[in-house]
Amino acid sequence: MTVYGALWRILPGPAWLRVILLLVLVAAVVFALFSWVFPWADAILNPINVTVEEP
Amino acid sequence: MDGSPLGRSQPEAPRPRRRVSVIGVLGELLLTAGAVILLFLGWQLWWNDAIVAGQQSSAASQLSSQWSEQQAARGAPSTPSEQPVEPQQPVAPVVDTTVHENAEAFGVMYVPRFGHDSQRTIAEGVGLDVLNSVDLGVGHYPDTQAPGDVGNFAIASHRSAYGGGMHEIEQLQLGDAIYVQTKDGWYTYRFRDLEYVTPQTVEVLAPVPHHPELTPTDRIITLTSCNPLYSTDERVIAYGVLESWRSAEAGPPTEIADVVAGWGV
Repeated sequence: MTVYGALWRILPGPAWLRVILLLVLVAAVVFALFSWVFPWADAILNPINVTVEEP
Repeated sequence: MDGSPLGRSQPEAPRPRRRVSVIGVLGELLLTAGAVILLFLGWQLWWNDAIVAGQQSSAASQLSSQWSEQQAARGAPSTPSEQPVEPQQPVAPVVDTTVHENAEAFGVMYVPRFGHDSQRTIAEGVGLDVLNSVDLGVGHYPDTQAPGDVGNFAIASHRSAYGGGMHEIEQLQLGDAIYVQTKDGWYTYRFRDLEYVTPQTVEVLAPVPHHPELTPTDRIITLTSCNPLYSTDERVIAYGVLESWRSAEAGPPTEIADVVAGWGV
């Protein structure tokens, strides 16, 4: 048993409905990554400074 | 999923209870991590640059056309024939020295050399809340002067990623226009020179750049961004000098009137 296998079994309905539900889940995850996780990670990993500042 | 072929003669063996497979889960985690890293690269190189640039420029267009509409609502120039607009005549620009709140949008920058749709909203402050925002993008150094004022109107923007508001800063050529629109009107600056400095060179923000002790007489704009491209080791600084000013009533400078009219569509 694996995580994705378990997910497939948990999802209700026939195969086509499960595929649609999976796509919706993937879209939600990608949206969350693009909106919050990546900007947060980028600020930590790769701080881009464009200003001049006092040292 | 594991349907047995028809006509199987053996009796079905009692199926072992499904157990979590460590290797399977590990493999899934690795595959997922790989996919997330690919997505992150896509976000950095494409979404965070091209898509954010589009969002920032449409936000700036919106702000600009909002001011135009307000102007139109106030009515066309009351007596246009009696007071012909003479852009060549040096008129002292209106300077709005209101202290803006952090992240408050108060201007629009447009540099034709930076390309089509390079208009960006100028907001107060140079924190990441302004520079990394999807509807702002250009930040005004709070202790520097206002647009059109005697002294130094200093702004900052990203070179790459987060909309890259000053991506083409190195392509500026002597005399290139740098337009700044506020609710009061249009300030036309002309590009003068580029300079490369260390990130600590705050003297570029002085009313007379590099000479904090002097009293300013010129009206200067200073653009700061990072250099080299995709690096933050240095800063690239572009200076411009105020050439002319047009009131909101007189409308945008004639050479960009068509472009500006397109923003409202």
